[in-house]
Amino acid sequence: MLSELFSAEGFVGLIFLITVGIIIFGAVVATMSRRLVRSVAGLAIAFTGVAGIYYFLLSPFVAMMQMLIYVGAVSILIAFAVMMADPEDHTGTSANAGTFAGPLGFSIGALIFAAFTILGLKTEWREFPKQGSGDIEQLGKALLTTHTLVFELISIVLLIAIIGALVLARKGRS
Amino acid sequence: MSILNLYNFLGTYLVIAALLFGFGIYGLVARKTVVGMLIASELVLAGSSVNFMAFNRFLAPDPVIGQIFTLFIMAIAAAEAAIAVSIVVAVYRNYKSIDTEDLVDLKG
Repeated sequence: MLSELFSAEGFVGLIFLITVGIIIFGAVVATMSRRLVRSVAGLAIAFTGVAGIYYFLLSPFVAMMQMLIYVGAVSILIAFAVMMADPEDHTGTSANAGTFAGPLGFSIGALIFAAFTILGLKTEWREFPKQGSGDIEQLGKALLTTHTLVFELISIVLLIAIIGALVLARKGRS
Repeated sequence: MSILNLYNFLGTYLVIAALLFGFGIYGLVARKTVVGMLIASELVLAGSSVNFMAFNRFLAPDPVIGQIFTLFIMAIAAAEAAIAVSIVVAVYRNYKSIDTEDLVDLKG
């Protein structure tokens, strides 16, 4: 076991376990801390761990995009929302909605986790022979040939989101 | 199958994705404020992205489709977060609170 740990593969496995630990720690902080600012920090930590998982899944480009968009943009955006709309201190009160919301949510989440785990581990997945390597060159070609329509539609969605966010946030300002 | 060799198996990634999804559902049900629910919904999206990437790496014949799905999920999540944040700001301006207990004007 110890000699395995100091080989190259064992070290990679150790880094993978650390990545999984970062994800679990971040998710726990994001959902269970009382202050919303800590939740946002936990969310950023969990997203960093997910970027590491993408790297292990042989896709460094998506890992990079995860760091840029989720850790760099979405977390900061939510931090802005916390700063703009949460002046009061929640230290005294519970972060949960009601007396039953915590146990109810925990049981529902645990049930869904158990169901998906059993489903994922018990199913006999069929592997197909790989047709490509899935590197960034093929990704770009597929985005601009096979999936052009979706690519253009997503830009329209983002444009509408920008205009809608501006209109919503501006209304009511004197 | 040693514990240091876990990263070569599809099941590991599916369990991680289920974990993120379960945490997200827990946060969605249990959180009191709208921003807390928004944070939990981001965890749900991250779980689904990890699932797509895992199937892309291990099972899909063309290992580009899952990456494209994940990139589009990222774009949708960014748009959704922007809209949700502006809704939170508008709600806070009208109600002076983002507590879900206070947003009950439509309750019969």
